Amino acid sequence: MKRKVLFFISSGLLLASFYMVLVFVPTEKDMGIVQRIFYYHVPLAWIAFLAFFVVFFASIGYLIKRKPLWDHIACASAEIGLVFISLMLLTGMIWAKAAWGAWWIWEPRLTTSLVLWFIYVAYFIVRAYVIEEERKARFGAVVGIIGFLNVPLVFLSVTLWRTQHPPLTIFTEGLVGSMMATLMVCLVAFNFFYFYLLAEGTLMKADERTVKQLKEESIRRNP
Amino acid sequence: MREIAKACVIAAKDMLTEIRTREVISSVVVFAVLVIVIFNFAFGSNQQAAGLVAPGIIWVTFAFAGILSLNRSFVLEKEEDCIEGLMVAPISREAIYLGKFFGNLLFIFLIQAIVIPVFSLLFNVGFFNIELVLITILASVGFASVGTLFAAMAVSTRARELVLPILFFPVITPVIIAAVNASAVILGGGVLSDITQWLGIIGAFDIIFIVASYLVFCFIIEE
Repeated sequence: MKRKVLFFISSGLLLASFYMVLVFVPTEKDMGIVQRIFYYHVPLAWIAFLAFFVVFFASIGYLIKRKPLWDHIACASAEIGLVFISLMLLTGMIWAKAAWGAWWIWEPRLTTSLVLWFIYVAYFIVRAYVIEEERKARFGAVVGIIGFLNVPLVFLSVTLWRTQHPPLTIFTEGLVGSMMATLMVCLVAFNFFYFYLLAEGTLMKADERTVKQLKEESIRRNP
Repeated sequence: MREIAKACVIAAKDMLTEIRTREVISSVVVFAVLVIVIFNFAFGSNQQAAGLVAPGIIWVTFAFAGILSLNRSFVLEKEEDCIEGLMVAPISREAIYLGKFFGNLLFIFLIQAIVIPVFSLLFNVGFFNIELVLITILASVGFASVGTLFAAMAVSTRARELVLPILFFPVITPVIIAAVNASAVILGGGVLSDITQWLGIIGAFDIIFIVASYLVFCFIIEE
């Protein structure tokens, strides 16, 4: 029931955001139509980092409580986070090409996101190469914790590194009222969408675990 | 204090094994020198370019060589089930982590002591001042702190040689950025006061990740 509510709220908000980004908001005068990517790029980035924080929190929860539900939350959040951060990098690259003519620049936020992408991938690779369920969850939890602690340090070191070079202006910070409203709608829409996906993902993993246990039990009973 | 004494016993055991067999140091040193030689083929023809990229080359070499020696430290334990012996012994899991950490750190220092003079020779770059030694010591502590934790994890997975680099490199990014930039400043004629921010980043990394790995290690090697 709650999932249905989340689904309808997030779909409604996402549709509203499509309308606002594509029709409602005026075109920015410097960059033209491409600037509309910004309204998706920012929420994607926010959700990717939020998802990783949830992985960190759920990893600690699993190591303390040892209940499989925590591991399901962590893994589902990591999956969603990986998709969102990949999309964030792609939208960032499209925007960079249109705005500055280069597909990639070593800008602090993009670089930190790239390293975070690799940490997410490492999370899944470690889980993939471990066979026992319990150990898989434990190792994943450790990667989630260490990886999260690493992100602020990466941002700090890359920012210090890039200030040695001439800075690039990223955001012209003046946002008109309609632009701010569009950005807020997109942000809220993606938040609800993330929580909906997290709920679905967690419950799906719990169901997978139940199915696996039932299979093993039936094999045990009828060898 | 007793815990540190027990940790030193473990480190001494690793050192003794190494003195008797000499297998890690010899192969890793040869590997590191080979990497430097290959980099020389890539950059060395232009003397000016070689001077610019020298700090980067030495740190990439240390990162790769570090991975090899970190891997070996736990592979030996795994092969003869020594890790179970360690767990049954009257020492805490944290002392095992500290012992392995000290052992790995000493190995890294030994390798660096041999590789740095060779590098200075081949690249005509002086590496013998106190600031560079300080940078090297701090960065090596960072390598060993997360490297020991990740090596313990990787050795329990099905593809240990693959998993350790994938885990290690993203997390070690702040140390690499800081060490390379600080080394470049010193080699370019800077003094200690110029690199305080970089040293601060490496120092913060060391403290955060020694503490985090110390706390989390018991979850990796539990049965």
